[in-house]
Amino acid sequence: MKTIIGFAVAAIAFGLLALAPFYLDAYGIGLLIGMTGYVTLASAWGLFSGRTGYVSLATVAFFGIGAYAVAALNETLPYPVILLVAAGIGLVVALIVGLATLRLAGVYFVIFTFGLAELIRQLVTWFETTVTGTLGRYIFLPLGPEHIYWQLLALCAVTLLITWWVDRSRLGMALRVIADDEVVASHIGIDIARTKIALFVISAVLITLVGAIQAPRWTYVEPAIVFNPTVSFLTLIMALLGGAARLWGPALGAIPLFILFEWLSANFPNHYSILLGLLFIVIVFLLPRGVVGLLERLRAPSAPLDQAAGTSAPAQGKAASQEVRG
Amino acid sequence: MLTTTLIAGLVLGGTYALVAMGLTIQYGIARTMNLAYGETIIAAAFGAYLIHNTLGVSPILGLVLLAPAGFAFSWIVYGLLMRPLVRRSKGGAVLEIDSILATFGLLFVIQGVMLVGFGGNYISYNYMNFGVDIFGATVAANRLLAFVLALVIGGGLYLLLTRTRWGTALRAVSVAPESAPLVGIDADRAARFGFALGGALAACGGVVVSMYQTFTASSGVIFTMKALIVVIMGGVGNLAGALSAGLILGLVETFVASYVSPGLTLAAVYLIFLAILLWRPTGLFGKARR
Repeated sequence: MKTIIGFAVAAIAFGLLALAPFYLDAYGIGLLIGMTGYVTLASAWGLFSGRTGYVSLATVAFFGIGAYAVAALNETLPYPVILLVAAGIGLVVALIVGLATLRLAGVYFVIFTFGLAELIRQLVTWFETTVTGTLGRYIFLPLGPEHIYWQLLALCAVTLLITWWVDRSRLGMALRVIADDEVVASHIGIDIARTKIALFVISAVLITLVGAIQAPRWTYVEPAIVFNPTVSFLTLIMALLGGAARLWGPALGAIPLFILFEWLSANFPNHYSILLGLLFIVIVFLLPRGVVGLLERLRAPSAPLDQAAGTSAPAQGKAASQEVRG
Repeated sequence: MLTTTLIAGLVLGGTYALVAMGLTIQYGIARTMNLAYGETIIAAAFGAYLIHNTLGVSPILGLVLLAPAGFAFSWIVYGLLMRPLVRRSKGGAVLEIDSILATFGLLFVIQGVMLVGFGGNYISYNYMNFGVDIFGATVAANRLLAFVLALVIGGGLYLLLTRTRWGTALRAVSVAPESAPLVGIDADRAARFGFALGGALAACGGVVVSMYQTFTASSGVIFTMKALIVVIMGGVGNLAGALSAGLILGLVETFVASYVSPGLTLAAVYLIFLAILLWRPTGLFGKARR
């Protein structure tokens, strides 16, 4: 019953949001596009990192792959096919990253993703300058801002639906066991690596699609624009503020922070990244489990401490227990 | 051509080795992954640039000032940022995630400060920019000096850590942080000291880099990245491993840049990383895990 009510409320909310372009001016729609984009990014990030405890710093690598694929192909292929191709490239890259690192401890994954956006940016730049001879591309697609917004809204709904489904499926159960104790998980027959890789690929494809759908907003695209590390950073802060391990957590963090960032970048363009960094450190210190985690803890103050920590904080799971030698 | 490339590769590799030694100490002893490490390097590079251009003092003398500054800065960062996280998490995996996140925030703070102070342009200065003849190849004197500095500082540190009682205590914390207090070692102090020592090495690395390379306020990420890869290649906490892995990385990068394409250096670095991950994830010199 609770689920049905939840679905009805969510459906009504998304329906109302879909009507918004009819009542807003161009600036308002632009804001909504950015906000929906970040809600989707943060939710997709939380889908993998929030549930496994493997901090991915490569959001913009996949975002950029999507955006650049659209830029590179927009004159040769029909739009739906471009989206499919973009998603396919994101999938292949995610598989490579996942197969190489997710069978090992978490540090390897963090390090690999830390430089991934820069690697792909350099590879694209190298390819464009030496093979095609052009750096920078124009996107001419017959898509208005409202079309981009509706696509993003649909993608956002899909992301939340997948997250909801994952939390209830065998995959989600397996993840919860892995987050609590990897040794136990492997002893009861969970294929840890495959579970993690599958989830990472889903999350990466969703992020790639956000980039692909948002690309026509730019008109002109070059690697330095679409592989901007700030995107990874913002996504991370938003998901953490809201609570990366919960269905609505990332969205809850993304909406207020997006508005705050818009205001900051308009008023303090030079000190933007300093303020972002400080805010991020404060969040890590004060709200390690996010707003949702805090609310849950306030609502159940009598729960035993370690149990509360176990259930509300899979994001704080494990990174790496690398053996250290002198 | 070959000799020139070889020497350039060794110079770059020496710098990587020096920088990676600092990171491997921070990660091995203090157990915190410092994603803002490269920003410390670049901050010191800017410091050397300022000292050279405004005061007209040689960067080598700048080292005397900047290395202690790097030490003090990291000492403070550990006390303010890391220690509360260490206390909260009681060590282990949670600490690693928290330290990654907190230093990721710190990265943006330091980078932002440098962008405000120096802008986003490429920066370099002219110091000992004349050729020296070695084995028939002409090498810039500043590169040679950079290599010698890296060797002296790295070698000195190695001796300090392996030959002194104090270094042995630090390594003991790295090997067994739970058991170190049993033999009277203050693990908390050692961790803070290790973190600060890593910062001092980062500052030295920054000064060395600034003598022969151009840099910008945002080049720190790449240095962190490469240092991390060198640390993994050499095995975490393994100084000799970091030294040889750094040299290998520098050589490979320089050879790819001069014989294949300068645009593919990072790809080559990642290829090595991938090979290490698939073949020997515990590092070239690491023992196989049980």
